[in-house]
Amino acid sequence: MRLQLHIWRQKNSREPGRLVPYAVQADEHMSFLEMLDVLNAELIRKGEDPIAFDHDCREGICGACSLVIDGVPHGPRAATTTCQIHMREFPDGAEITIEPWRAYAFPVVKDLMVDRSALDRIIAAGGYVSVRTGAAPDANAIPIGKNTAEKAFDYAACIGCGACVAACPNASAMLFVGAKVSHLALLPQGQVERTARASRMIAAMDAESFGGCSNHGECEAVCPKSISLDAIAKLNREFMRAVATGES
Amino acid sequence: MQLDAKLPSGPLREKWDKHRFELKLVNPANKRKYRIIVVGSGLAGSSAAASLAELGYDVDCFCIQDSPRRAHSIAAQGGINAAKNHQNDGDSIWRLFYDTVKGGDFRAREANVYRLAQISVDIIDQCVAQGVPFAREYGGMLDNRSFGGAQVSRTFYARGQTGQQLLLGAYSALMRMVDAGKVRMHVRHEMLDLVLVDGHARGIVTRDLLTGEIGPWAADAVVLCTGGYGNVFYLSTNAKASNVTAAFRCYKRGAGFANPCFTQIHPTCIPQSGNYQSKLTLMSESLRNDGRVWVPRRLELVGRKPSEIPETDRYYYLEERYPSFGNLVPRDVASRAAKKVCDDGLGVGIAVGGRRNAVYLDFADSITRLGRKVISDRYANLFDMYERIAGESPYEVPMRIYPAVHYTMGGLWVDYNLMSTIPGLHVLGEANFSDHGANRLGASALMQGLADGYFVLPYTIGHYLSTMHKGKFGVERPEFAEVVRQQQAQTRRLLALKGQRPVDDIHRELGRIMWDYCGMGRNGDGLRKALAAIPELRERFWTEASVPGSGEETNPWLEHAGRVVDFLQFAELMCIDALERDESCGGHFREEHQTPEGEAVRDDERFCHVTVWEDRGDDAAPAQHREPLTFENVKLATRSYK
Ligand SMILES: Cc1cc2nc3c(=O)[nH]c(=O)nc-3n(C[C@H](O)[C@H](O)[C@H](O)COP(=O)(O)OP(=O)(O)OC[C@H]3O[C@@H](n4cnc5c(N)ncnc54)[C@H](O)[C@@H]3O)c2cc1C
Ligand code: SF4
Ligand code: FES
Repeated sequence: MRLQLHIWRQKNSREPGRLVPYAVQADEHMSFLEMLDVLNAELIRKGEDPIAFDHDCREGICGACSLVIDGVPHGPRAATTTCQIHMREFPDGAEITIEPWRAYAFPVVKDLMVDRSALDRIIAAGGYVSVRTGAAPDANAIPIGKNTAEKAFDYAACIGCGACVAACPNASAMLFVGAKVSHLALLPQGQVERTARASRMIAAMDAESFGGCSNHGECEAVCPKSISLDAIAKLNREFMRAVATGES
Repeated sequence: MQLDAKLPSGPLREKWDKHRFELKLVNPANKRKYRIIVVGSGLAGSSAAASLAELGYDVDCFCIQDSPRRAHSIAAQGGINAAKNHQNDGDSIWRLFYDTVKGGDFRAREANVYRLAQISVDIIDQCVAQGVPFAREYGGMLDNRSFGGAQVSRTFYARGQTGQQLLLGAYSALMRMVDAGKVRMHVRHEMLDLVLVDGHARGIVTRDLLTGEIGPWAADAVVLCTGGYGNVFYLSTNAKASNVTAAFRCYKRGAGFANPCFTQIHPTCIPQSGNYQSKLTLMSESLRNDGRVWVPRRLELVGRKPSEIPETDRYYYLEERYPSFGNLVPRDVASRAAKKVCDDGLGVGIAVGGRRNAVYLDFADSITRLGRKVISDRYANLFDMYERIAGESPYEVPMRIYPAVHYTMGGLWVDYNLMSTIPGLHVLGEANFSDHGANRLGASALMQGLADGYFVLPYTIGHYLSTMHKGKFGVERPEFAEVVRQQQAQTRRLLALKGQRPVDDIHRELGRIMWDYCGMGRNGDGLRKALAAIPELRERFWTEASVPGSGEETNPWLEHAGRVVDFLQFAELMCIDALERDESCGGHFREEHQTPEGEAVRDDERFCHVTVWEDRGDDAAPAQHREPLTFENVKLATRSYK
């Protein structure tokens, strides 16, 4: 299949970028990133500058890949990361626009790569249980209902890709933060630090200049792990609790 | 090269306790004065960095990805073993120990494996306390499954994403220590070399992958947790950034490399669909519980749709050849059997380069017997993943699978304290060679990485610091500037390459050599061919390759070129080792050594040892050393799955 691409090129975070047209011959069985590999190999052979993008596992779990495809973070297929999109999703002759995540808190590093270290800094602000190595009680000492464990898992499945931020008109990180707060708030192990965690993480999110949530729901629609909007409702409740108990 | 494994004396069950008592401690007030470099943030690196920082050490942790949470460990699916005996089905520390030694085909140290089995129990407790949402039973207790052919259910799991959940647990512990100011995390920093001062590992040199800056870091000890080298085959289930560079540079600086040829091939991966293929995706082994493996029985049937091949013309080769284990034979046996039928021309699926390298894994019988609902409950996420990649639904059409490189048992040699032959250089996780012998059992890599990081290194590193470590100094020592200079020169050399070929293409060519001659089946002639082809390819690299861009910016092509240069050298060491080990054992199948039925034949007389290679410079052959293996507690037996 023959494709017409418009790809965002940007030398570094300081210089402005622009969309550049490219043509590429692809195969329907290729993954989206393999299609870009083929284009890059061609550019290298011609002595031109290849296109930088983030990727690693290429199986939908590391959260590295991060392309906005035709305006949608992670592209056309629901609950699917960029690296798991295959070219059979597109008709022959398709014209495709490829851009990086866009958010103030995610500056472009080069071309399609952005800096998402703000997400790590939010986790460092209490997105954990304070337990030292060696201090753990027997794993079965505290029973956890199957459904609770499953629900906690649903939130814990977040891969930290940042698509939710990229999709949000306010560039809010509420779904990401809500997923972590909800995961730990559901489990007995997360109870002790529950309130402090919510307020610290929200403060860290604000400090990184992510926007607020105004219930657009775009984040849930693009999330490759189908993290539910309930996470945000839960985060708000946790935050209210923090305010009420004076722990905020 | 001295290979003193420092194995404690005394009965197996008491060795670790006794050893821990004998290890020298570092005074709590002094710990913060020691700076430790941890390279890698996978299960081994994150757990080590967090645990060392909790003890009070001053830690610098490095990783290639933009976040420590993205380390390759994140992709592990199936589960983690622990000898908890929660199922009351006869499991014990002894049984896990025995299964691991036997699974490794008697090429691992008894004392190490026993310690691993002992510690396994604490790992689960630790992870649960961090909030890892393991699967639970209705009563609220932890659930288990049986995995990888084990006869007991000792595998703990979190859906098909166990590695992700364990890594996020270790990552949260790491970020807690970042929050506490005890760990400085350096993301997008790649270790290019090790710095020795007076023969001890005292620092590293890295490239900042954002700015290109090559810089030195000094410390009192270095802990390498950089994972395995499966990507020497180009196509593997490893993440794209997985590499051998850090371990190989340590080898070039004097660390012994143990059993580099020991590679694990996983039988159930999605096959290649074209020459552009960039990686292979694992399909969990659990699928073999309900899927039947087959190919057309006769050559005339090859190329037909599966639905057009009548039942009588289907060759269920595993069931026919291994009646008692059937489709559940161990990984290496299943992999070789698939290769054999495809080599015989009976393969299915898309022909790539004129060959059909795939076999069917068919769920039709199970769906008829159990109903679609049951199969969907068990495997929905795997079926969806397959459908996304292969474009076919396994509910309707049999899955196509083929073996792929998955894990490397070889690695830097370490003693019982996880220290390499370079004093101060400790090696953890898949990067070391220690516990899996010639073949790793399913769900045991996660266990080993976390055992090393949470519960072994935190004790043993103190012993090094209080007994062998000497002197305090920083990067002003001339040794640092010298290594920085060497790495800058190497970078300039790479950037000067303005040939016609993308580095990726050369990497692929190396992968084909390795897969053909040092893959699932190996023989003397083939390995000698590879040993001629690899140096030739290495030479061509320097004339044909093209490395775009500069050294003062983000440059993924420069990064990759540096890794491929090391793979091109390391591949040769693998083949030398595979040629030297003139026996079949575990994942290392030398075609000269098999029974008439095609089963592996070990040679315990000549090869009951670890082979350790010492570098003697680019122009000389490496020196071979041996660590003999003695078995006092188990009897060497032949694995049989007939
Ligand atoms: C698809 C798949 C499924 C698996 N499933 C299972 C399973 O179910 N159960 C099981 O027990 N095992 C499983 N394994 C094996 C297991 O996942 C790995 O062996 C294990 O996670 C390795 O952990 P590690 O910490 O040693 O290294 P890794 O997780 O590979 O981490 C390596 C780290 O080192 C860093 N690094 C590497 N090189 C450099 C450098 N030069 N400079 C700086 N940093 C560097 C990386 O950035 C990364 O942080 C699976 C493996 C694969 C591929
Ligand atoms: S919530 Fe979803 S979209 Fe947001 S970071 Fe997590 S996985 Fe990505
Ligand atoms: S590359 Fe890892 S999720 Fe896409």
